[in-house]
Amino acid sequence: MPITYEPIATTTVGSATAEVTFSGISGSYTDLVAVITGTRSTTGNSVLVRINSDTGSNYSTTIIDGDGTSAVSERGSNMSSGIGVAAWKGNGSDQMVVIVNIMNYANTTTYKTVLSRYGQAGTGTEALVGLWRSTAAITSLTFRSDNVSNLFSVGSVLTLYGIKAA
Amino acid sequence: MANTYTAIATVTVDGSAPASIEFTSIPATYTDLCVLLSARGARAAVSTIAIINFNSSTSNLSHRRLLGNGSAASSDNNATVLAFNFNGSTGTSATFGNATIYVPNYASSNAKSVSIDAVTENNATSAQVQLLAGLWNDTSAITSLKITAVAGDLVTTSTLDQYSTATLYGIKNS
Repeated sequence: MPITYEPIATTTVGSATAEVTFSGISGSYTDLVAVITGTRSTTGNSVLVRINSDTGSNYSTTIIDGDGTSAVSERGSNMSSGIGVAAWKGNGSDQMVVIVNIMNYANTTTYKTVLSRYGQAGTGTEALVGLWRSTAAITSLTFRSDNVSNLFSVGSVLTLYGIKAA
Repeated sequence: MANTYTAIATVTVDGSAPASIEFTSIPATYTDLCVLLSARGARAAVSTIAIINFNSSTSNLSHRRLLGNGSAASSDNNATVLAFNFNGSTGTSATFGNATIYVPNYASSNAKSVSIDAVTENNATSAQVQLLAGLWNDTSAITSLKITAVAGDLVTTSTLDQYSTATLYGIKNS
């Protein structure tokens, strides 16, 4: 039986940090999955993913989210900061779960789609879809925020998995 | 290379109509847990309710939910239980609801956050997709996980139909 779900790298945050990067991602998998757990250092900071260090206006994100009382949908286009993977400006002390799926990340023909699920029980939950308008293979992912110097608190864990179709 | 996704246990309901599926003696050797559930309940409703408890605890549970029913999106919350809907007995026959329950860092001393995606399917206008952010605000390592069918009061137990099934996976990040 082939092993189809492989851990590529894990970062456990030892001191509050603005961003975490997984670089040197090989093209040997079919899809990527990132799992982020932990807390944000301050309230009010979305988590974004910037791909291959691209700072161009090549990202868009569409979100549906619920805060426990109402549901709304939002969209950002031509973003340069990255794709939103946890766009709700959550409670800094509340444990969050973010699961990010990136399909067919290594192809050089199509733009790349990112699906994400975010939840913080004290704040809300979201489903997000994002697009990176580039045909380049993805070789690095940087999880970051636009406006904070210490996004991820101590003890937050970010893991990147690779999935093989065969 | 590590085998990242390991099946720990599978429970398939027989004809005895139990109220719950429970995984016990969960080892702390994984990073995350994931349960894949396919279930249908005997309660006379198109959709019925499952609650989740860890380590037999009934306290410090909560959730916020995003719900779509085919015509509108809404959001609700509960400050005392972690619950989601699955198929009840009056929906399309032989149709089961599905759920993915993801519990990261289950063996840590942090509060336990839970991500749940769940659906009820029905060959009619009433069906649901649900996204939940759940919390068990307890620092104990999770050693058991129980999924119980309940009535609308979220307390009175109901029963699970035959062929309802759940598999618990352990996920290692190294």
